[in-house]
Amino acid sequence: MKKTSNFSMIVREFKQDKGATFFVFLLTMLVLAIYGYAAFLDTKQVMHVDILNSYIHPGKEGHLLGTDQGGRDVLKYLVLGARNSLNIGLAITLIVEVIGIAFGLVAGYYGGLVDNILMRFLDFMMLLPMLMLVIVIVSIIPNYTMLDFVLVISAFLWVGTARLIRSKALAEAHKEYVYAAATSGSNALKIMVFDILPNISSLIIVDLILSLTSNIGIEVGLSFLGFGLPDSVPSLGVMIGLAQDPDVMTGEPWVWMPASLLILVLCVGISYVGNVVRRAFDARQRLG
Amino acid sequence: MWKTILRRVLLMIPELVILSVVIFLLAKLMPGDPFTGMVTPQTSPKAIEALRIKAGVYDPWYVQYWHWIVRMFHGDLGMSYQFKTPVGSLILSRMGNTIWLSLLTLILSYTLAIPLGLVAGRYENSKLDKAIMIYTFVAYAIPAFVFYMLGIWLFGYKLQLFPTSGSVSVDAIGTVSYLLSRLDHMILPACLMALLSVTTVVQYLRSEVIDNKNQDYVKTARAKGVPEKQIFTRHIFRNSLLPIAAFLGYSITGLLGGSIFIEQIFNYPGMGLLFMDSILNRDYSVITALVLLYGTLTLIGSLLSDIILSLVDPRVRIG
Repeated sequence: MKKTSNFSMIVREFKQDKGATFFVFLLTMLVLAIYGYAAFLDTKQVMHVDILNSYIHPGKEGHLLGTDQGGRDVLKYLVLGARNSLNIGLAITLIVEVIGIAFGLVAGYYGGLVDNILMRFLDFMMLLPMLMLVIVIVSIIPNYTMLDFVLVISAFLWVGTARLIRSKALAEAHKEYVYAAATSGSNALKIMVFDILPNISSLIIVDLILSLTSNIGIEVGLSFLGFGLPDSVPSLGVMIGLAQDPDVMTGEPWVWMPASLLILVLCVGISYVGNVVRRAFDARQRLG
Repeated sequence: MWKTILRRVLLMIPELVILSVVIFLLAKLMPGDPFTGMVTPQTSPKAIEALRIKAGVYDPWYVQYWHWIVRMFHGDLGMSYQFKTPVGSLILSRMGNTIWLSLLTLILSYTLAIPLGLVAGRYENSKLDKAIMIYTFVAYAIPAFVFYMLGIWLFGYKLQLFPTSGSVSVDAIGTVSYLLSRLDHMILPACLMALLSVTTVVQYLRSEVIDNKNQDYVKTARAKGVPEKQIFTRHIFRNSLLPIAAFLGYSITGLLGGSIFIEQIFNYPGMGLLFMDSILNRDYSVITALVLLYGTLTLIGSLLSDIILSLVDPRVRIG
């Protein structure tokens, strides 16, 4: 039988699912447009407040999506906000995965007492009211930056990934190939990184894509509440948050509606792709 | 049975202690102390300073922590700087609103999720099943607050079907109209939250039903001539429902956590809105109490789930 690689399995699954092809196309277009356009924009210029031009209706005076209260072009703000949200989502996801994988591998591979202690710690982390604590910490840190924000969020979110990896690593740790590697003299670190890790890579890829959606959502949500990105940084959440003023919500929907719809499309699209990849790795659920 | 519950409760105690230490230390990082809430133009700084020394603000942190815990067990959570009232009674006055909203959401969510899950499981891979699966997928993927914003925009402002702010109208006089007004203010936020929170229950129930379909007891029921409809409504339904009950505890804590967004958007005066107000006004004694309360509720929620699970599933009890 011909051995099929992970990649070819994913490609085959995407070909079976028309929705997936559509979303991949849509996401690629959106991401290219966002990063492409944002490269030509200067944040300072876009964020420049010009109250004489506030609330211009869409399509007038060269503003395709109109302007907000501060006279800022909604389209340009949207593009920069989307790029920031994507960047932050990616950064949080990467940090969370690295910590979660390291923690999960150690707990799962060693098992026993080590696992017990680490799991107690995880259980405790799960108890913390994350949203509240992030808001409290963000409001304590004096003039915090984008990096602080990413680190604070990551400090809470790695727990979920760690649990997932740990349960899988625990199962892998008692398989023959791990014993074989240990017998032939590989040390623990080498077994974890070069033997167990590749065997759980499909799980990690799926978790990576799916947690990207929720991480983008968390950043946008906190910015919406006013505890996300610093004021000078454009964010989709801040745009949607403008609609907390009922006048803006009903009178100037072009200010917040595009950001809301964009975030919905991004989240649904990324999760859809994530689910198709998950199906591709799971022989029981595969379509093709 | 009781042994399991007792062990679980005992395990809770160290977790609670560590939680309170973490929150206490975080509170120490915040500017201000319990006396900030007492400062009025009439109080002299010297009198406050004397109070501070007497109350041990300059003691080592573990001494202060001990005093804090002892005071808390006496029901003294400090004074609110913003409202000039004791924190305990302030939170109590807001708690009812959040609990009622969560309860209504929970009821709506389960009344929607149970039929959806059963139907999806029974007619596996049908068009209906696929539609339900797409719905739960979208509900899971989108950020909740965006959905709430679109909901309040459409049903609250555009169609003007529901009130968009507060928990009761000013002109609602008399018990009946007061209660109706309360309900009227809760329906839209509760529906929106319920629509998003069905995901887990629907998907779990669906796979339970699919698993149960091929079990021996179903074959027996079929063999002795039980009508197909009754097999699903009686036999499979009961067996699939038990594990769902275990989600109840987690659902409650999930709803409480979500209360920050929904209450902020609907300007609904519950604990979530109180938290946001306190953060904006740097009312630290209220913030500390609320974080501790939410942490404790999460703990109780997961305890509740574990207990229900051990009640319905003997394997958990023994293991």
